[in-house]
Amino acid sequence: MTIIEISKLVKTYKDSEIQVHAVNGVDLTIEEGEFTAIVGPSGSGKTTLLNMLGGLDQPTSGHIRIDQTDLGALKASQLIDFRMRNIGFVFQSYNLIPVLTAKENVEFVMQLQGRSKKEREERTMQLLEAVGLKGREDSRPAKLSGGQQQRVAVARALASKPKFVLADEPTANLDSKSTENLLNIMEELNKKEKITFIFSTHDQRVVNKAHRVITLEDGQIISDIQKNPHHD
Amino acid sequence: MITSVAWRNIWRNPLRSGIIIAAITIGMFAGVFSATFLKGWMNQRLEVGVETETSHIQIHHPKYLENFDINQFIPNGVELSKRIASQHTINGVSPRITIQSMIASAETGTGVKIMGIVPEKEKSVTNLSQFISEGDYFEGVSRNPIVIGKKLAEKLKIKLRSKVVITLQDSQGNITGGAFRVCGIFDTTNSMFEETNVFVRFSDLARLSQMPDGAVHEVIVHLNDQQFLEKTTNNLQTKYDQLEVLNWKELTPELGYLNEIGNLYTYIFVIIILLALGFGIINTMLMVVMERVKEIGMLMAIGMGKIRIFLMLMLETTLLTLTGGAIGILLGLGASKALEEHGINLSNYAQGLEDFGYSSIIFPVIEPEMVIVIIILVILTGIIASIYPARKALKYNPAEAIRTE
Repeated sequence: MTIIEISKLVKTYKDSEIQVHAVNGVDLTIEEGEFTAIVGPSGSGKTTLLNMLGGLDQPTSGHIRIDQTDLGALKASQLIDFRMRNIGFVFQSYNLIPVLTAKENVEFVMQLQGRSKKEREERTMQLLEAVGLKGREDSRPAKLSGGQQQRVAVARALASKPKFVLADEPTANLDSKSTENLLNIMEELNKKEKITFIFSTHDQRVVNKAHRVITLEDGQIISDIQKNPHHD
Repeated sequence: MITSVAWRNIWRNPLRSGIIIAAITIGMFAGVFSATFLKGWMNQRLEVGVETETSHIQIHHPKYLENFDINQFIPNGVELSKRIASQHTINGVSPRITIQSMIASAETGTGVKIMGIVPEKEKSVTNLSQFISEGDYFEGVSRNPIVIGKKLAEKLKIKLRSKVVITLQDSQGNITGGAFRVCGIFDTTNSMFEETNVFVRFSDLARLSQMPDGAVHEVIVHLNDQQFLEKTTNNLQTKYDQLEVLNWKELTPELGYLNEIGNLYTYIFVIIILLALGFGIINTMLMVVMERVKEIGMLMAIGMGKIRIFLMLMLETTLLTLTGGAIGILLGLGASKALEEHGINLSNYAQGLEDFGYSSIIFPVIEPEMVIVIIILVILTGIIASIYPARKALKYNPAEAIRTE
């Protein structure tokens, strides 16, 4: 099932008198359960594309439809709500709330969604177990390693039961072992629970794990390779 | 959880939060302590003014207060005072003859208001008898006793048992005089009152001034409770519409305004303190917001709406302000309570204070209403101080904020 449809997407920045086309006419569809990496050199438009896909940035022109909802048609407040309910985010530098424990960080989004305490606690424990952090739920981010923090971030991204997870350079700050560990967890979640992951990355290890690799250059898709599609 | 996050965020930088909390604590301590100090000071002046000097209500001939003419009297004043005394809101009534006169000692003389009183009745309308510092209240001298103020005694260079001569114009227009002997010297906290008022027996002054039998210049009324003031004043004025009935607020408007002015000064002082602290709080919260750009961007990204982010920062600012405010208010109340019994001794400035009728020992008074207003002002400061930093935070674009290093 197609969950993301992008058509004629353009994002133009105006720097003094020069117009920069960060994303220049991208057409793309993402199916449910994909494990997709968007690659390309710096300035190719990966992050800009991901930001627009996550509703964090507005396109200059073109459309993004997520599960039949046109993001451009949503008001700012509707967009925030849409993000909360449909999109999970994993950031390069983890971006956990430092004053909350691992458990509270995961619970936070569900609390924003107004889920019951029982539901929140059950799902939090289930997610922390899935990312291998059972027993560390009461640790604050400062007491966790980079890899553990990023796994909490993955659990948080999944807490709201999103339609897909956007991960912007999720392994950039991790060592090899942590990267391997994190990618295995995400791949496992992708296989078992059909969670759609979309990465922007420079990391070859991520590219190797991805089932589909989209290469961007100068804001345009120059290649789109299905490596090992395990979903139809 | 937003409240929990806001509270924990305060302690992310304990030193910075501690400094601003300490500043708020000191400011609110100063505000509350000065408020209770000022309240006590004003209350004491008010109490002396009402309980010692004017009492609650005075009844005069309608023209008496215009020029204190001896012949503008209440013809049946003694009888009137007896009738009034039966009212349930009234606990004491005393008739007075009051005449502007001259008092002279062997050394010097000065103008005074001489008041002819019935000592026992006067005790029920003023507490002057409690301020006798030397001698007795109309005891110990059988013929023409006089009670004078300490300040006047110093001015006339006289002491207990000294003889003074009172000269006045009687009701017939003749200049007359009489010798009186000082039986008591009173010492209040109002130098002016001590210097310009002397008290003799009603009968002695009535005889000297040849006032008609039963005539008085003033009927002084003391109430069971201050709350009956307006009602009793109006009742008496309605009942005795040919006379002038005035309460202490009308007789001494400056005393009436004292309470309001005291409260006003307190609020102005507290508002100035909070205003200064408010800028410090804004500065602290701006630093907080600028340090957390990335985090705010992340919160926006994961679905925390602008209202929630605004609320979180507002809560953080308000909790920060309330923490310092609560400690400061409690310390201020504690210090006031500790000094409530023994007072604050300002005797080094006694002369200057008593010249204006103020006591030199101040007993702080805690007024719950004022404390509540101060707490509300502290909360408002927190809320208002949070608006600018919170608005600044809301202007961030989440995509850019997340990438901030």
